[in-house]
Amino acid sequence: MASRISTTTDAAAFVAPAGGGEPGTVGDIHASDPVITVRGGNVHYGETHALKNVSLDIGRNEVVALIGPSGCGKSTFIRCLNRMNDTIDGARVTGEFRLDGQDIYAPEMDVVMLRTRVGMVFQKPNPFAKSIYENVAYGPRIHGLARSRSELDDIVYGSLKRAGLLDEVKDRLDRPGTGLSGGQQQRLCIARAIAVNPEVILMDEPCSALDPIATARIEDLIDELSQNYAIAIVTHSMQQAARVSRRVAYFHLGMLVEVGATDKIFTNPSHRLTEDYVTGRFG
Amino acid sequence: MNTELPPPDRNPASARVRQIVEAGLVRRYRRERRFRAYGLLSVVSGVLFLGFLLTTIVLNGYSAFRQTKLQLDLDLDPVVLGLGDGADSGALASADYQAVVKAGLGRLFPQVVDRKERRELNALASASAGYTLRDMVVAHPDLVGRRITAWLPADDKVDMLFKGRVGRGSDAGGQLNQAQFAWVDELIADGRVALRFNTAFFTNGDSREPEMAGIWGATKGSFFMLMVTLVLSFPLGVAAAIYLEEFAPRNRWVDFIEVNINNLAAVPSIVFGLLGLAVFINFFGMPRSAPLVGGLVLSLMTLPVIIIASRAALRAVPPSVREAALGIGSSPMQMVFHHVLPLAMPGMLTGAIIGMARALGESAPLLMVGMVAFIVDVPSTPLDPATVLPVQIYLWADSPERAFAERTSAAILVLLGFLLVMNMAAVWLRSRFERHW
Repeated sequence: MASRISTTTDAAAFVAPAGGGEPGTVGDIHASDPVITVRGGNVHYGETHALKNVSLDIGRNEVVALIGPSGCGKSTFIRCLNRMNDTIDGARVTGEFRLDGQDIYAPEMDVVMLRTRVGMVFQKPNPFAKSIYENVAYGPRIHGLARSRSELDDIVYGSLKRAGLLDEVKDRLDRPGTGLSGGQQQRLCIARAIAVNPEVILMDEPCSALDPIATARIEDLIDELSQNYAIAIVTHSMQQAARVSRRVAYFHLGMLVEVGATDKIFTNPSHRLTEDYVTGRFG
Repeated sequence: MNTELPPPDRNPASARVRQIVEAGLVRRYRRERRFRAYGLLSVVSGVLFLGFLLTTIVLNGYSAFRQTKLQLDLDLDPVVLGLGDGADSGALASADYQAVVKAGLGRLFPQVVDRKERRELNALASASAGYTLRDMVVAHPDLVGRRITAWLPADDKVDMLFKGRVGRGSDAGGQLNQAQFAWVDELIADGRVALRFNTAFFTNGDSREPEMAGIWGATKGSFFMLMVTLVLSFPLGVAAAIYLEEFAPRNRWVDFIEVNINNLAAVPSIVFGLLGLAVFINFFGMPRSAPLVGGLVLSLMTLPVIIIASRAALRAVPPSVREAALGIGSSPMQMVFHHVLPLAMPGMLTGAIIGMARALGESAPLLMVGMVAFIVDVPSTPLDPATVLPVQIYLWADSPERAFAERTSAAILVLLGFLLVMNMAAVWLRSRFERHW
């Protein structure tokens, strides 16, 4: 995929070819060892065309940040990756989405299985209305990942430790998860997601409801987690994208405008729209 | 343009505004106070009506919990009883105990010899006095041939007289005559008349004689019927609500079903009775007057209420709970049963209790399936003929005997107690299931 310096400023003129093959995206959409590959992804919510011909790879141990103004399709894109858009009436997804080479939307693909391999952390922390222990143990339990109570304990303690929450809650694991502070709840949700050992973790603006200190802790956590998992994080904060990610993808009005290394996007973007966004001229 | 505003009191426009607002404030505060007074008035009048209702019922009914008894000296002469030598339990059970009672009364008033007068004297004791004596002897057969003193139930007219519910000079038909008044006074002077706890009220079925009439038959009938209704309508209603809310596609057929369910909740209850008669009794041949059939009819009636309440409870669970469950890899059933249902359970239980309370108080639909009837035997299974508490209250309210008036109020108190227990159970269940997201 050759890079093109594009000078169009009008997004409407930025139309991908009708064949849905080659995107008009600037930059290299490929990753060296992709765990997720998307080619020609389109999403329609009823009449609205929310995601237009997006193609992107997500590499195995990398953090990809998805940035862009509100309503540009970032959340829609990652919700396609674990088929959460299935829960929305009237959502229609077309295109090729592959996890480790397998088509996510094929009839043979089991949605439940998919969601254990692709975990998700939501914008507003949503721990289960159960105890802290149960929150983390629920996933392993329903998938049968632990054969005994001690194995389950290992999984729970391990996940809480990797999420950086164990020290704070180890003496109150039977208290309700909803009784924690916002930042702790979000870390609990991260622990819950990693308890089932996914390959990819999708994060939809995980820090937008949190204060700066909690945000910093979670950003450190993302850094550690990226050694074991692929992470795609949607964020409104460009500073956050610059801090945590290795690659950045810029979305605009449902299209993937530019993708590239974090340094390059923020210091020397190729597309005019990207440049306008990262320099704060709009969005 | 002048960017500096003049101080407020020198700004004529805002001073004018202040004047207008101030003038209106008095009227507004007065309206507010009036509205609050209306609110208080409605609450107070509601409480007063309720208090008046309850007080009337309690005043009318509290005396029914005690029954007048006569202390008689009885000679259990086997000759009078009609027992031969070596009497077995069967003979004991069918011996003539009322004769012993009559003999006991006769001994207290030996001057009464005229046949008509003797009959009037015997009428002072209840017809059930003999049965009470029989139960005593069957439990202790060695009493035969002995003299004992026993407290036996008095007739309902004596009961009413002793409790002060009727005056002496009343010309209401069926009252005691002057001679009987004199005998009763003498018994009272001898200390042979007392009020004891009315166990018959709680252990007997219905009867023509007020002193023998009890609510146990109706209570068991109500209990069986409620059990049938609960077991049928709660699981079905909750399952239907879950399906309609979580799994059903959004198309015209489902909308049609929804509209019909909402309408069914408003259908008059007697229509369900007609349905029960046509389908359960005539077509399926189920036993008439059985709590099973009554329960089936009432569960049809309660089902729409439970479905509507359960759907509202499910809808109140925020979508973030569902997303969190699905995101971790729950199947749709696991999501509903492990996460959504526990959070919706308090609302569902409330709907169920409201439905049950309504079912407990219904009598019109039971009319068509034969449960509005004079049924003496206490039902032992849901298939035996039975009546229910509201129907029992109605039948007693219709009876002419003065003693039934107090028993009607007492039965109402029992029904209200039933409802209170159900409500407390509901509150306890709700608090157990209450969870916060």
